[in-house]
Amino acid sequence: MHSKINIILAGVGGQGILTIAAILDTAALDNNLHIKQSEVHGMSQRGGAVQSHVRISDQPIYSDLIPQGKADIIISVEPMELLRYLPFLKKDGYLITDSNPFENISNYPELDAVYDEIKSHKNHILIDAMKIAKDLGNSKATNIVLLGAASSLIPLSDESFQKAIATLFERKGERIVAKNLEAYLKGKEIAAEIVS
Amino acid sequence: MKKLLLGNEALAQGAIDAGLSGVYAYPGTPSTEITEYIQKSKIAQELNIHSSWSVNEKTAMEAALGMSYAGKKSMVVMKHVGLNVAADVFMNMSVSGINGGLVVVVADDPSMHSSQNEQDSRYYGKFAMIPILEPSNQQECYDITKYAFELSEKLGLPVLIRLVTRLSHSRAGVATGERIAQNNVHLPKIATQFQLIPMHARGRYKHLVDIQPDMLAISENSEFNIYHQGTNKTIGIIASGIAYNYLMENFEDGNCPYPVLKISQYPLLKEPIKELFDTCEKILVLEDGYPFIEEAISDFLGENRKVIGRLSGDIPRVGELNPDNIANALGFDIVINDKLPKVVMGRPPQLCVGCGHNDLFNAINVLKNESATQQVFGDIGCSALGVLSPYESINTLIEMGSSITMAKGASDAGIHPAIAVIGDSTFTHSGMTGLLDAIIEKTPITVIISDNSAIAMTGAQDSAASGRLISICKGLGIEDAHLKIITPLHKNLQENIDIIREEINYKGVSVVISQRPCVQLPKEKKDKLKEYTNVSIN
Repeated sequence: MHSKINIILAGVGGQGILTIAAILDTAALDNNLHIKQSEVHGMSQRGGAVQSHVRISDQPIYSDLIPQGKADIIISVEPMELLRYLPFLKKDGYLITDSNPFENISNYPELDAVYDEIKSHKNHILIDAMKIAKDLGNSKATNIVLLGAASSLIPLSDESFQKAIATLFERKGERIVAKNLEAYLKGKEIAAEIVS
Repeated sequence: MKKLLLGNEALAQGAIDAGLSGVYAYPGTPSTEITEYIQKSKIAQELNIHSSWSVNEKTAMEAALGMSYAGKKSMVVMKHVGLNVAADVFMNMSVSGINGGLVVVVADDPSMHSSQNEQDSRYYGKFAMIPILEPSNQQECYDITKYAFELSEKLGLPVLIRLVTRLSHSRAGVATGERIAQNNVHLPKIATQFQLIPMHARGRYKHLVDIQPDMLAISENSEFNIYHQGTNKTIGIIASGIAYNYLMENFEDGNCPYPVLKISQYPLLKEPIKELFDTCEKILVLEDGYPFIEEAISDFLGENRKVIGRLSGDIPRVGELNPDNIANALGFDIVINDKLPKVVMGRPPQLCVGCGHNDLFNAINVLKNESATQQVFGDIGCSALGVLSPYESINTLIEMGSSITMAKGASDAGIHPAIAVIGDSTFTHSGMTGLLDAIIEKTPITVIISDNSAIAMTGAQDSAASGRLISICKGLGIEDAHLKIITPLHKNLQENIDIIREEINYKGVSVVISQRPCVQLPKEKKDKLKEYTNVSIN
């Protein structure tokens, strides 16, 4: 088990990266680990690029921001946004992203060029998480599929993740909890196939 | 067990636990969540802690001072530029002093994530000659706030807590302590204290000057200012607030070999700084914001520069600190990489799909094509996004309320059409007084209040303008014939253009209220707003 992990969550304002952050936080807190998690509020939340730095460790953490070249994983709900944070990625760190572009700008690049850039990195998981979520009957769970895909790289137990998901969605009812757990497990399963 | 809290939330919990009786604030990134936390807190509700939004930062601070006058503990919260609005009362209440503990919380925004400047509130604290507290982490946000109320009552002065965006908006585990009781109502002991006519003010100001040495002594003994002896004297480091964390990040387990003075309380303490000067070859100053400490301790001509930091260029003069630019200043072998793959395009913020501002800008742009001299003066809030592509409808954006008064001045200079575009909440914040200026002089301007019935940019908080715009405009003196309401929808585009054009052609002040609720508002709120929007002008 690692003693610490640095994760960058990326996306566009409104895409739900803070839900991923909240699950990571809850799971880490449940394990009595130290956490620092920065997030973006305000102007950029209105359809702009947003990111969250999540740091989990068994030792005290100083900086709220991850230094360049120190992120173990970047998880993105949008493929171009994934690449915005590449300077933070550790050598041989992992890139995990949904493949569906969010095209709210007029100069959005050629999608194949974005995919090529992602694929040029050895450790990447590029999946259509949105379709996986839709097929499970819960299109809102794209972010949870991606979290599932990243979970085996994060030094928190499967049980902790599932407990955190159940806690976070508790007030929305049992059905929503079950749907999100399903999305998490499917993401985990698909990532295992890709990585192996 | 520790609670996972944003810096803002930890501060709010600290205030509740310090015996707060009322928080007064106007929303502004990055400060908004402090007041929202208290609004949502069950304990705060049980304790009947006042937490409704104020109309602007000045009214908020004055109300906080009124509560303090009555003997209770109060807090006023704002973003950095909000303190400009409240500067009048801020500067004068340090002269009057306080009765119940009064804490001013200001969240600065280095790197301008959601702001138009990087101003550093520590200068205001020094200007007002009051103590400044600058927490470095979430736990300190909690602890320092409890301490701030104690310090305020001990000195009889307001105390300033300065936050920065990255601390306001980052979470960590926070341990909370016991809750102190609220104060009972008790009036000031000295009857003249709050009567700042010159003969009383001179005495109060003299008192403020006289207690400065006490403030310094308290700062020198503060548990929040920490001096680490180091073994390597090639550099001595002064790190204030959050800069301390970025510094320590650069050393395994925080084992920094250099002497480090962490500063979280001002006035700036003398003794350890003198020791750093005497024993170290160089002094590196790390502070998020302006070079406040660096300026205070460097030599004016910079010829024998022993102090390095933002002024010397060792740290970039603009933008926020991070672990990397500090590593660079420490001389570590790192390359700051700001190159991204070519396929990464900028993604600026933009209006939500279905936003009413969008339809208003479309109408304004048609009118722009009709008149090459048209100038549009914009204002703060979501409507400011009209500056950007695809609209590019707005020519100016300076500060809260400036749209109306800048349109007036430009009109006085001969510009026509001069159009002001201002959101509903920005209008009640500081647009109303400017509108009165224009009405008094019958200045030919057209003021469009883009009314989405929310303080939208900061998270759709309730707007003081909801249901009141018509009566405010009429009360200020806008004639019924030149007060129009339009609904910004695509199907109304031509009608809306015609109405605005007609008002532009009127040689006096006209107001067009462009009214459609913010798309971010929940349905219940939108339904409730229908009561307001069905009101006719007559």
